[in-house]
Amino acid sequence: MEALIAIVIGVLTACGVYLTLRGRTFPMVLGLTLMSYAVNLFLFVMGRLAIGTPPIIRDGASYADPLPQALVLTAIVISFGMTAFVVILALRARAELGNDHVDGEEHPR
Amino acid sequence: MNHLLIAPLLLPLLAGTMLLLLRSYDTPVRRGLSILATLALVGISLALLLHVAEHGAQVYQLGNWAAPFGIVLVADRLAVIMVLITSVLAACVVFYAVRGSDHAGRYFHILFQMQLFGLNGAFLTGDLFNLFVFFEVLLIASYGLLLHGGGRKRTRAGLHYVVLNLVGSTLFLFAVGALYGVLGTLNMADLAQRLSSVPAEDLGVVRAAGLLLFGVFALKAALAPLHLWLPGAYGHTSAPVAAMFAIMTKVGAYSILRVHSLMFGPDAGPLAGLLDAWLLPLALLTVIAGTLGVLASRRLAEQAAYLVIVSAGTLLTAFGLGGTEAFAAGLYYLVHSTFAAAALFLLAGILGEARGTTGDRLVPGPALPRGQLLGGLFLLIALAASGMPPLSGFIGKWLILQASLGAPDMLWVLGVLLVTSLLGIMALARSGSRLFFKIDEKATASAPARLGDLTAPAALATAGIAMVVYAAPVYEFARVTAAQLVQSGGYLAAVLHSTAGGIAQ
Repeated sequence: MEALIAIVIGVLTACGVYLTLRGRTFPMVLGLTLMSYAVNLFLFVMGRLAIGTPPIIRDGASYADPLPQALVLTAIVISFGMTAFVVILALRARAELGNDHVDGEEHPR
Repeated sequence: MNHLLIAPLLLPLLAGTMLLLLRSYDTPVRRGLSILATLALVGISLALLLHVAEHGAQVYQLGNWAAPFGIVLVADRLAVIMVLITSVLAACVVFYAVRGSDHAGRYFHILFQMQLFGLNGAFLTGDLFNLFVFFEVLLIASYGLLLHGGGRKRTRAGLHYVVLNLVGSTLFLFAVGALYGVLGTLNMADLAQRLSSVPAEDLGVVRAAGLLLFGVFALKAALAPLHLWLPGAYGHTSAPVAAMFAIMTKVGAYSILRVHSLMFGPDAGPLAGLLDAWLLPLALLTVIAGTLGVLASRRLAEQAAYLVIVSAGTLLTAFGLGGTEAFAAGLYYLVHSTFAAAALFLLAGILGEARGTTGDRLVPGPALPRGQLLGGLFLLIALAASGMPPLSGFIGKWLILQASLGAPDMLWVLGVLLVTSLLGIMALARSGSRLFFKIDEKATASAPARLGDLTAPAALATAGIAMVVYAAPVYEFARVTAAQLVQSGGYLAAVLHSTAGGIAQ
């Protein structure tokens, strides 16, 4: 289970990095989104993988760490807002610069 | 608990919210509210500084939960001095902005207050995850401010700035997650304590997380080779925004200093001095790269942006040297360089408007009305920024050079700082002569610079002069602050041993 999750996070991050390094804004936004998915998953897993345990401390029972769940919720909200912002910014750059290249020119000097 | 501690966060947050509700009101109302809130913030920061100087580090437990279980705000000397610089800078900038440049969009003052909220939060928080959250608050406000007014070059630079910082935020979260996964805490004082007893098999993860954190802060502080975003972003935005951003690289430097001294300080066991191998060489490289940019700049705002990189490098050189003397010198230089850079950005904005179509390009332009006044102010600010006697830049650099004497890398530090200072003086002298002495007869000036516009840069330059006149008490404050950073025990005790509600059990 841990190995599978680790591979998933690694693949997501690798794809995210590759897409972020592309020259056009749309793949770049997708790349940023994939990276934020990867990091959210990573944060969540940092509370260790446990199945069927409540995030509350009870006598004698095992429990899941609730803090990473709270952290990941905050991180999701922030990355959601940032993605919305960068989409709007990419659209505005497309309108003002006349193309969707990140440098604003098709063939940068 | 002293509620003064949370006032620097609540005041800009409330002011920003009120401005949002009042956004359809007349401009004078909104400007008045923004000025009032910023001035009140200066008063609060000053009161907080005096309180902390007298009673030592203060801890505010949010929701009355004791650390490390609850989230804390910590006002030690370093935090309060950063908050005070921010509020003084903000007051000068807001007085410049209300003279017209806030008119390019309706949301300037709202974003400005939110930026202050994020900055003060980042300085005061004692929790690593909250540092991330406040970074995001100040960043999203800065995205809006950077793009304020629009324009092709600004949009392009803004896109690069936003994407780089989003990647930085992702890396920050990876580092925070890894630290939590291994150490089980995010309170910075608690992290510092647990770091000294990390089991050997986890050392690699912690080391990777620490260096990742350093990388993120280096991106914010514009440490080479992560400095390339800065000239475009700062050089193309509006003058008041660029002036306010003079404090933004200092947030990165502050975070490096905090992490360096608290978590990877001499008591950190096997991880002590994790950043030592990286910080000094990269800082010197930053100084060199920034100076080359200063020499090659074609516009005054661009030159000011490269000077920000040089000052970030000089600052981190001091932090990289380590020890009480070097930290104190760095703190003195930090205060000076923030004000000097902001003053230069504001002056570049004024000159750009006064010179009509020539703008702030470093080419001969029209003869300026009030040229002597503008030129005199430029001379004053350039002297301070380049580190010439008798202004504050000279004292700052002198202190750093003095702190480097006897260090193993003394020759490198002396050589790089002295040669780049000379090159910086040459570049600024050339800019001054092109801007003020050489006249292009055909070019026409637009309206003469208004005297009121000059008050803000003049006030910032005066702050630099005041730092010379009161150099002894300022340096003494910096020295005590530095001594507390080197002996982090006081910080740990204040955070971890304060009981809930401040009631001794």
